[in-house]
Amino acid sequence: MKVSAQNKAFAMLLSFGLVAGCSSTGETIGEGDYGYESGSDVAAIDEDGGSTVYGGAEGEGVSSTALSDEEREEARAQAEQAALRNITTFYFDFDTSEIKQDARDALVAHARYLSSNPRQQLRLEGHADERGSKEYNLALGERRAKAVERFLVVNGASRGQIETVSYGEEKPAVRGSSESAWAQNRRVELIFK
Amino acid sequence: MLMTRKSSNANLKRNMVLFGWLMVMLMAASAARAELLIRITEGANAAIPVAVVPFAESGVMPAGDKVSNIVQADLTMSGEFQLLAPEKMLSLPSKRSEVYFRDWRLLGQRYVLVGELTRSGQRVEARYELFDVNREQRILGETAGASASNIRSLAHHISDRVYETITGEPGVFSTKLAYITLTTSGNESVYRLQVSDIDGQRSKIRLESREPILSPAWSPDGKKLAYVSFETGKPVIFIHELATGKRTKAADFPGLNSAPAWSPDGQSLLMTLSRDGNAEIYQMNLASGKTTKLTNHWAIDTEAAWDHAGRGIFFTSDRSGGPQIYYMERPGAEPRRLTFGSRYNARARPDSKGEYVYYIHQRQNTFHIARRNLKTDEESIITRTGSDESPSVSPNGRMLIYSTQQDGKGVLTVVSADGGAAYSLPASEGEVREPAWGPISR
Repeated sequence: MKVSAQNKAFAMLLSFGLVAGCSSTGETIGEGDYGYESGSDVAAIDEDGGSTVYGGAEGEGVSSTALSDEEREEARAQAEQAALRNITTFYFDFDTSEIKQDARDALVAHARYLSSNPRQQLRLEGHADERGSKEYNLALGERRAKAVERFLVVNGASRGQIETVSYGEEKPAVRGSSESAWAQNRRVELIFK
Repeated sequence: MLMTRKSSNANLKRNMVLFGWLMVMLMAASAARAELLIRITEGANAAIPVAVVPFAESGVMPAGDKVSNIVQADLTMSGEFQLLAPEKMLSLPSKRSEVYFRDWRLLGQRYVLVGELTRSGQRVEARYELFDVNREQRILGETAGASASNIRSLAHHISDRVYETITGEPGVFSTKLAYITLTTSGNESVYRLQVSDIDGQRSKIRLESREPILSPAWSPDGKKLAYVSFETGKPVIFIHELATGKRTKAADFPGLNSAPAWSPDGQSLLMTLSRDGNAEIYQMNLASGKTTKLTNHWAIDTEAAWDHAGRGIFFTSDRSGGPQIYYMERPGAEPRRLTFGSRYNARARPDSKGEYVYYIHQRQNTFHIARRNLKTDEESIITRTGSDESPSVSPNGRMLIYSTQQDGKGVLTVVSADGGAAYSLPASEGEVREPAWGPISR
């Protein structure tokens, strides 16, 4: 059997240990046909449809037989969400804390994940570029982190899952004094704990 | 890993266990690893010509810089004096009877300092006299002494006396600087809070951490520093007693605890807290720990500083859309915006006389230090460098220290208050930033 990209992504999903939460939100795959083991390195699915998917910690060990179209579509959507959640750094314009349009989908994916995994804790680290005053930048970094926090909460995360901290300009991602370095340093990083 | 000389505070001990401050090392006094160097970058124009004659010596003097050389360097550093090179002097007098005013007039000198050092046991005594060449008068004649290991203090004291006699303003050569150095190797960063003389000499590390330290602020008596340290994973304000190394957490609320500024009486701290959601300015009574909220706005309010009289407060707010300087006439009063015409003005620091306020000012995408006359509202840029931050005014209002970039590295630069003369203090290794000029200790 050929291993499709979808299935690979599906396996990756499992490997992230994300699936357990899905059942509580009705986003289960195949209407609860599958049983999972979560919280272990390997989650296996072996059900009527005859497909067996192994999700390894490093995304290895995938074998599969055909899924139904419906299942495939669901898996594709899941994979998309997982890919979005790989984005954990969000950038800002100079002296603003406005979440950019292109950051929204990924943040919504994170918010859904937090909502589905109420025990998951998240640390938001806000940063600024080196220009201007350090203390103002500290407050600016915090405002950026809080903007992301609000966005996540509005989209389903719980405030209790999130802590924010600002480092201002103290911890640049990139050293240097160029426009490109500054752009990479004006950021909020999501750190899942 | 944690080394502390004294930690009698039970709270502190408990917190140490709680947070496991593994990477914080406290040192009441230790040798510095990132020393500051001094580099005079610009001479002064219209400086007063002064001759400091090499002091006569009786007895063995300690090795190292000579007292009269340090006095020369101090006066040069201030940017207010033009020092005559000793090789141009026609004679090297050490007392009044040896001073020929006509010679010094010919050399274009306004003032002449002469003196003699005497070693007695572990002490060095100095006798020094300052003469006004035009009036042919002695205007200062004193003695002072110090232990032989402390001749830099003796020299700075003499510089202070000369400065004050000539200008009528107190000298600041005996004051201290606090600053933060950063050395990075690979992914390892080490932040050090250090204190040195204003020429960068005799630096001592007061705190070392792998997490950022910023915003050191001197207590008015010069005995303590308040600062922000990230050693617990978030910004917390500490108060650090320099003589003992004893530290206490002054503010550790949820969110930001930052931008500490002492009241002139040393009884309270202005600070920025975000415990109610966003950055606001508070005043904390240090005896009771009680806080009073002084601003209440959805915008960022931070970087508070008392005015010279200790009545009103300057601060930074972006309530107009970008950071600008505001002033409230008394704590909690309706703020008045001071700066216009640039999208970025921040971190105001007033002088001790109520004449000027200094702040970070953006012009054409570059950040400079600007000075504003508080009576006329006239604003001028006084720095010629870019990426300038953290202005701190000397206690006599005649000099300003700030941080800037040289060859991509943070250095400290000292300028005269009008920007005329300058010297820079690069670190021998790594970067140096966040200077705070200490008070004159009486």
